[in-house]
Amino acid sequence: MYVAVKGGERAIDNAHAWLAEERRGDPAVPELSTAQIREQMTLTVNRVMAEGSLYDPDLAALAIKQARGDLIEAIFLIRAYRTTLPRFGSSLPVDTGAMACDRRISATFKDLPGGQVLGPTFDYTHRLLDFMLAADGDVPVAPKMPVDPAPVPHVMSFLNSEGLIAQETCDGTPAPDLTRAPLELPAARALRLQALTRGDEGFVLGMAYSTQRGYARNHAFVGELRIGSVPVEMEIPELGFSIEIGEITLTECETVNQFTGSKTEPAQFTRGYGLVFGQTERKAISMALVDRALRWEELGEDDQGAPAQDAEFVLYHCDNIQATGFLEHIKLPHYVDFQSELELVRKLRRDAGAVDRQEAAE
Amino acid sequence: MTDYNFAYLDEQTKRMIRRAILKGLAIPGYQVPFASREMPMPYGWGTGGVQVSAAVLCPEDTLKVIDQGADDTTNAVSIRRFFERTAQIAVTTATADATVIQTRHRIPEEPLRDGQILVYQVPIPEPLRFLEPRESETRKMHALEEYGLMHVKLYEDISRHGHIATAYAYPVKVADRYVMDPSPIPKFDNPKMEMAAIQLFGAGREQRIYALPPFTRVVSLDFEDHPFVASKADHPCGLCGAQDSYLDEVIVDDAGGRMFVCSDTDYCAGRQVDGHRGRDNKEDAA
Repeated sequence: MYVAVKGGERAIDNAHAWLAEERRGDPAVPELSTAQIREQMTLTVNRVMAEGSLYDPDLAALAIKQARGDLIEAIFLIRAYRTTLPRFGSSLPVDTGAMACDRRISATFKDLPGGQVLGPTFDYTHRLLDFMLAADGDVPVAPKMPVDPAPVPHVMSFLNSEGLIAQETCDGTPAPDLTRAPLELPAARALRLQALTRGDEGFVLGMAYSTQRGYARNHAFVGELRIGSVPVEMEIPELGFSIEIGEITLTECETVNQFTGSKTEPAQFTRGYGLVFGQTERKAISMALVDRALRWEELGEDDQGAPAQDAEFVLYHCDNIQATGFLEHIKLPHYVDFQSELELVRKLRRDAGAVDRQEAAE
Repeated sequence: MTDYNFAYLDEQTKRMIRRAILKGLAIPGYQVPFASREMPMPYGWGTGGVQVSAAVLCPEDTLKVIDQGADDTTNAVSIRRFFERTAQIAVTTATADATVIQTRHRIPEEPLRDGQILVYQVPIPEPLRFLEPRESETRKMHALEEYGLMHVKLYEDISRHGHIATAYAYPVKVADRYVMDPSPIPKFDNPKMEMAAIQLFGAGREQRIYALPPFTRVVSLDFEDHPFVASKADHPCGLCGAQDSYLDEVIVDDAGGRMFVCSDTDYCAGRQVDGHRGRDNKEDAA
């Protein structure tokens, strides 16, 4: 008897129960706490905060635990939560020039005011599995140095003073909000950056990499990469002045790109910009490269037809929550559509067979 | 779930969606951009339909949710539960008893009436999308009523296959103006779209809403010498014997045995209660 469509309700309940059990794993192994995830899986927490567009390490850790470590699923949990939160207003722009840097490097100048600070990076580690970690060893204390109170100005400001790099000025237009208005094209740079900073790390990385391999190559140098904390300030109308409401860690990447000039612009360097929540430097560098590629039109460059130059292509496909939803929905029932295709293919084959038989008879 | 507003969305969001719906009703078939929210279910699972339903539901409404015509497919169950939980509204599987019906891929067999709303879940709202991938271009084409490309596609189907090779999501022209995607319903359902109920279409991921007021003219695109035909499997339903309903094909054994049954489970069950029996139905008529 035909029963396939019955029992959906019980199947869902039982699937959820099984999922919860699988998430926990072997009960003989101690349960992972969200504090452990927050403290020891920091970079995944950062990615979930960045692509979930919500700066909250505790909630990100909870989402990672709930999602069994599936980061896109965790990002989805954060997004779905975030969308229900009330909006109090906008903060003032954060001053990344005043960042308390944990890491600050420039690939364009050997030394510069503020110095080069490697910070906690994997860059020069040898990628050898450390079996000591499997044995729960204590970590030796890292050596410390007193903080240099001198300011750490943006590298770009040195090029600025010579007029060698294109100036980016604020025209005072309030920043758009991608989460409160439908994406419409053409998208201004502020909107593009907003989409990129919450875009899928893998997608943005792939796009950036394609520019390096010649699909709209834009000769990027990392002018500066800095990671550290900045205060977030907000103007409270009742007070009439701004107050600090918290502190967030950001990764900022500014690229210096060769530019030989065009009909409208003199020869000078141009910039790509990346700014992402948390320590997320692969993403920030990728974002800067893609940002620069997307600026071809305003800089009067040629459209090379490269994917990374195509704002519509990049912006419509960089969101992993949209992408994964639509991709995975094809596992939902499509009996009805498939049935109509079955009928059609049978009809086309029948007709083709009739023609063949007729031709054979003639 | 008392922490959430009635039907999950906050009132400001519902207001924004209602504005889009009203605009859609005012310009039948026009795709209205709206600021789709991230819902607690994945894009592609009916987030557009869910947002539209959330915006039109009132506490006194009775909701029916179907997927592929059936009330008991897993995603229909999941969406119905979502509204039971967040809106505490009455739900039903009976088409006639529902005031709001959210559907994926089907129009119920039983004609809908004045006072009912049919909400479609839409994956790709743009009928021209697979002819022109760029949104910036397709919006222009709609604005200029530039539908030649679609006719060329249908013509090429005929010259290649002898038929228009589109079996579902068959494009329609609405109120003599906009070409519209009826969502992936089988073309069998297209003629039903000129109906007494309000039809609303929600595409969450693509951030579009469109609508058909009652009895709007909906014409399936065709040619004079290749008129549109609403086709279905050439069988009666194996369970209720219906000749006029859309059928699913079910494989019943490993020897290739097949059976055809109504995809609209409520329609089929109702007919069986009325004593109709199909060839494969071994239960005695009551």
